[in-house]
Amino acid sequence: MSKIIPIGPYHPLQEEPELFKLYCEGEIVKDIKWETGYNHRGIEKLSESRTFDQVFFLVERVCGICSTSHPFAFANCMEEIAGVEIPDRAKYIRSIIGELERLHSHLLWVGLAGHFLGYNTVFMWSWKYREPVLDLFEMITGNRNRYAMFKIGGVRRDIENNKIAKITETLDLVRRKTDLLVGAVMDDPVIHARTKGVGILTREDIINYGAVGPTARASGVAIDVRHDDPYAAYPLVNWKVITAKEGDVFAKAEVRLLEMIESISIIRQCLDGLKKEKEGITETIVKSIPGGIGTGRAEAPRGEVFHFIKTDGSNYPVRHKIRAPSYVNIATFRKSCIGQSISDATISLAAVDPCYCCTERMAYAYDCSTKEKIYNGNDLLALSQAKTDAIRKQIKPL
Amino acid sequence: MKKTAETEKIRLQFGKSIHRIEVKSETRATITADKDKIVEIADYLYRVLKWRFIIASALETKHGIDIYYHFSNDNSGMIMNIHTVLDKLKPETESLTCLFEAANWIEREMHELLGIHFLHHPNLQKLISEGNWAEGVYPYRNN
Repeated sequence: MSKIIPIGPYHPLQEEPELFKLYCEGEIVKDIKWETGYNHRGIEKLSESRTFDQVFFLVERVCGICSTSHPFAFANCMEEIAGVEIPDRAKYIRSIIGELERLHSHLLWVGLAGHFLGYNTVFMWSWKYREPVLDLFEMITGNRNRYAMFKIGGVRRDIENNKIAKITETLDLVRRKTDLLVGAVMDDPVIHARTKGVGILTREDIINYGAVGPTARASGVAIDVRHDDPYAAYPLVNWKVITAKEGDVFAKAEVRLLEMIESISIIRQCLDGLKKEKEGITETIVKSIPGGIGTGRAEAPRGEVFHFIKTDGSNYPVRHKIRAPSYVNIATFRKSCIGQSISDATISLAAVDPCYCCTERMAYAYDCSTKEKIYNGNDLLALSQAKTDAIRKQIKPL
Repeated sequence: MKKTAETEKIRLQFGKSIHRIEVKSETRATITADKDKIVEIADYLYRVLKWRFIIASALETKHGIDIYYHFSNDNSGMIMNIHTVLDKLKPETESLTCLFEAANWIEREMHELLGIHFLHHPNLQKLISEGNWAEGVYPYRNN
């Protein structure tokens, strides 16, 4: 007899609402249905009644964690329509902000994944060492989130060279702590037991669903907008695309952990680049946007963010289409979850790092015949953490 | 710039079904084609050329309902927009979900917001406004 186990719409395992219905036989997930739209705010429609300068502030609020990625893709799109090239100093600043965002987003994810598995120490450490990154944002931009750094043609604020020493000092601290986290997570036998072979997405699944970001790279599909369609300062610095092959939750964690180290390296190189560029030259003046269409993309922490704009020569978009990475990544949950144990369903979903705000554009379980609720949100979290405890007891310390 | 190697491949493959090719740069182009050829073109890009479907964008214009299907060649960084125009009074076209699952949700969304009917879609239900919006009223239509 199938039971439906819900995750959402409001669920302690999820930061934002989405309704997943897991149809289970015993402990195994047999089917998934979901309802989305709880966070739909009409941003694409709102954009049509905003000037291009105002749209930056709108798209920055599509997502709290990807608040740079959407303005980044939008700026790339508008500069394609306008046919402008931004100054190198602006390219370095954009990449610094983008990589700091990747760093704090991945640290956030590591913490949440740790919490879902019952490793609250990992959660506390990674969120503690995320704070210096947010402090850097506040120093550079004035805000811990929603940085308001982007404009068509460049950036709104400079990163003065006298701030570089402080940024470097903070990066050194974050790097030391990231190395600690990487070691703790990658070498832990219980985390291996909970995440290896769990939530597998094959290469064929990734291609069929059009999945992007670490979700794709963990299955050996080496797509990264920074490499494939270079923008900002990424072609000016040395870095590599991080991939894994197994496609399971551990592979996704591995890709994100190693990307944090790569991000720190990119930021350091961009800071060196800033020192060579004259301070204050941060934009190319753009006085009008011609009619036409444009496409812009950026590599957000979760994958490719894509914006499409149609203009008619006025100051307003005729149509603004936004596609966040979670829109394609969340759909893969159907493949990664079916056939798995219910106690692994939550970490399988978390491994995709779903951002419902970007996509919008809680599941409950009940017996199909009696309509009796089997598990609530707290029960599901307890199931996941209990599985970790059971494995921990089985694995003898070295 | 009038053409790239990639746009030439498509033009040679599909001949008269291609109405217009606009090449903005080495990595950006738009091809306008008959709506009846969209599935064939998408299949060629996805299965033969191994391109990735990014998303589709739709809007109502004075000519009809425009759909732009955005594909990415991740090897070269090219974004190709395959553009077609549907009749405003009866906007329908074949679904691409038979080719790749990546089209599933966006076709449901375009159906919900603009009233486009995607033929042979496996589950053409509302995606984002289930239970919250009147039937037959499409928020992104101009009327």
